[in-house]
Amino acid sequence: MDYHILREFADSWVLLAMFMFFMGVVFWAFRPGSRKEHRDTADIIFRHEDKPAEKEART
Amino acid sequence: MWNYIKLAVLGIAVILFGLAANYGRDFAYQVHALIFMAAAAITFIYTLRTTGDVKPAPTGYLDGVVRAGVIATAGWGVVGFLAGTFIAFQLAFPQLNFEFLQGHGNFGRLRPLHTSAVIFAFGGNALIASSFYVVQRTSAARLWGGNLGWFVFWGYNLFIVLAATGYLMGVTQSKEYAEPEWYIDLWLTIVWVAYLLAFMGTIFKRKEKHIYVANWFYLSFIITIAMLHIVNNLAIPISILGSRSVMVMSGVQDAMTQWWYGHNAVGFFLTAGFLGMMYYFVPKQAERPVFSYKLSIIHFWALIFIYIWAGPHHLHYTALPDWASTLGMVFSVILWMPSWGGMINGLMTLSGAWDKLRTDPVIRMMVISVGFYGMSTFEGPMMSIRAVNSLSHYTDWTIGHVHSGALGWNGMITFGALYFLVPRLWNRERLYSLGLVSWHFWLATIGIVLYAASMWVTGIMEGLMWREVDSQGFLVNAFADTVSAKHPMYVVRALGGVLYLTGAIIMCYNLVMTVRRSPVKADEAAAVPAE
Repeated sequence: MDYHILREFADSWVLLAMFMFFMGVVFWAFRPGSRKEHRDTADIIFRHEDKPAEKEART
Repeated sequence: MWNYIKLAVLGIAVILFGLAANYGRDFAYQVHALIFMAAAAITFIYTLRTTGDVKPAPTGYLDGVVRAGVIATAGWGVVGFLAGTFIAFQLAFPQLNFEFLQGHGNFGRLRPLHTSAVIFAFGGNALIASSFYVVQRTSAARLWGGNLGWFVFWGYNLFIVLAATGYLMGVTQSKEYAEPEWYIDLWLTIVWVAYLLAFMGTIFKRKEKHIYVANWFYLSFIITIAMLHIVNNLAIPISILGSRSVMVMSGVQDAMTQWWYGHNAVGFFLTAGFLGMMYYFVPKQAERPVFSYKLSIIHFWALIFIYIWAGPHHLHYTALPDWASTLGMVFSVILWMPSWGGMINGLMTLSGAWDKLRTDPVIRMMVISVGFYGMSTFEGPMMSIRAVNSLSHYTDWTIGHVHSGALGWNGMITFGALYFLVPRLWNRERLYSLGLVSWHFWLATIGIVLYAASMWVTGIMEGLMWREVDSQGFLVNAFADTVSAKHPMYVVRALGGVLYLTGAIIMCYNLVMTVRRSPVKADEAAAVPAE
């Protein structure tokens, strides 16, 4: 196995796999029902400013 | 029990470093062994004196280490800006390379001192302190690992001291932004693993369901820097008792590894880490959530998928194969998209609250920082295009580009974060003076404009002078002609540095006075309305 096999593997299947993963992330971010969850996550910074949560904040 | 193990390890360390100082083969190594020995001895005495103390179980957030980090950030910032301003004057007036300081205080020795002081000391402390602050708040959990955070802080600053003293004594492996020699690299590796553990441990025990986006950026910064640091510093020491080492890779492989490291240090240290700061402090200061959380997720994944390939654009027209430098160039240009997506996300967080720009100089600072992020991430891809690079490479244009990113983006967002953090960490109602923040803002902004504009002029000028040929095909200008032509711009650049440094000193005064003079925040319990 030499360098060229690795390179061909890298710019074919690995490239495809990474691209698919990335597109998956994009679709996951825009999936139906994610809006409410994202709004809640974006508000994390406004909770627990002064001290840690006593117990699980939300599930 | 744990303390006794610590005492034993520290005691042995003191002895071993003492032996190393005694048998060391060169002066710098001996000095560093003594510094290590002193650090171990101080920790030994501290541990000894506190062993057996009954300590109450810690509650709340671990903010002491964040306070220490804030002080270190401000202090190292002034040191780094001062060093930068001085070497800028050295370039304009070579007489400042004093004869009595030859070998220690000349430009070649002070330049890595400046770059490391601003990137690793100022930027690194800002990242460590702010990441500890943010990860605790967004995880609703105390920092993991007890005093591990303190080890990270002191260990990292010991690394800075070793690196800085090493440069002045000529300890360098000649890799840009990775100058420290093998034993300093090993020490940083230990500290960095502790940093990763403290950060991940806090995320693991978080009380919120989701990991806030800022933590994703911080985590990618920590992991990627670990990988870059280890691979780029693969070296074999000539002697375990000497400061010199030989790199494992050589030639074009070494060059490619170095710029894979170098550009990703920009991408993950100076970009991803500081984006973590942006995604926390900008929404907090604007008092509204980030513009689009979906965009922030895509911003994160696009940035880390693309940045890692951009390094080869530093090696156009070299022994590196053309396909590799083309790859680097293409990915640099694609990188424009996530960068601007992130910039838009940061700026639009203010939508509906733009009036705050008139009244709050801290948010003004953060906004101009995001603006500079957008400008330098536009300029960078443009300069990475091979045809543009043939003009810009080796000229001052590159230095101007780096500083519009470093002073504008990294510096300003850090200043904003410091202004945000100090009143909260020291429980003060507000900053000592908003007027002084405005002074800082304008001095720093005008300083950057002077810096960037003079470097554009001198960079493009010298690039054109270098390639100018007469009708016979002979070069028109000698190298010394470009040097003398650049003098006025070098003076302007140094003045820009003076303005920026003055702004930072004003900030330090303002922060100190905030701690000493600002009214203490009223007890919250009394102010909370009945619900």
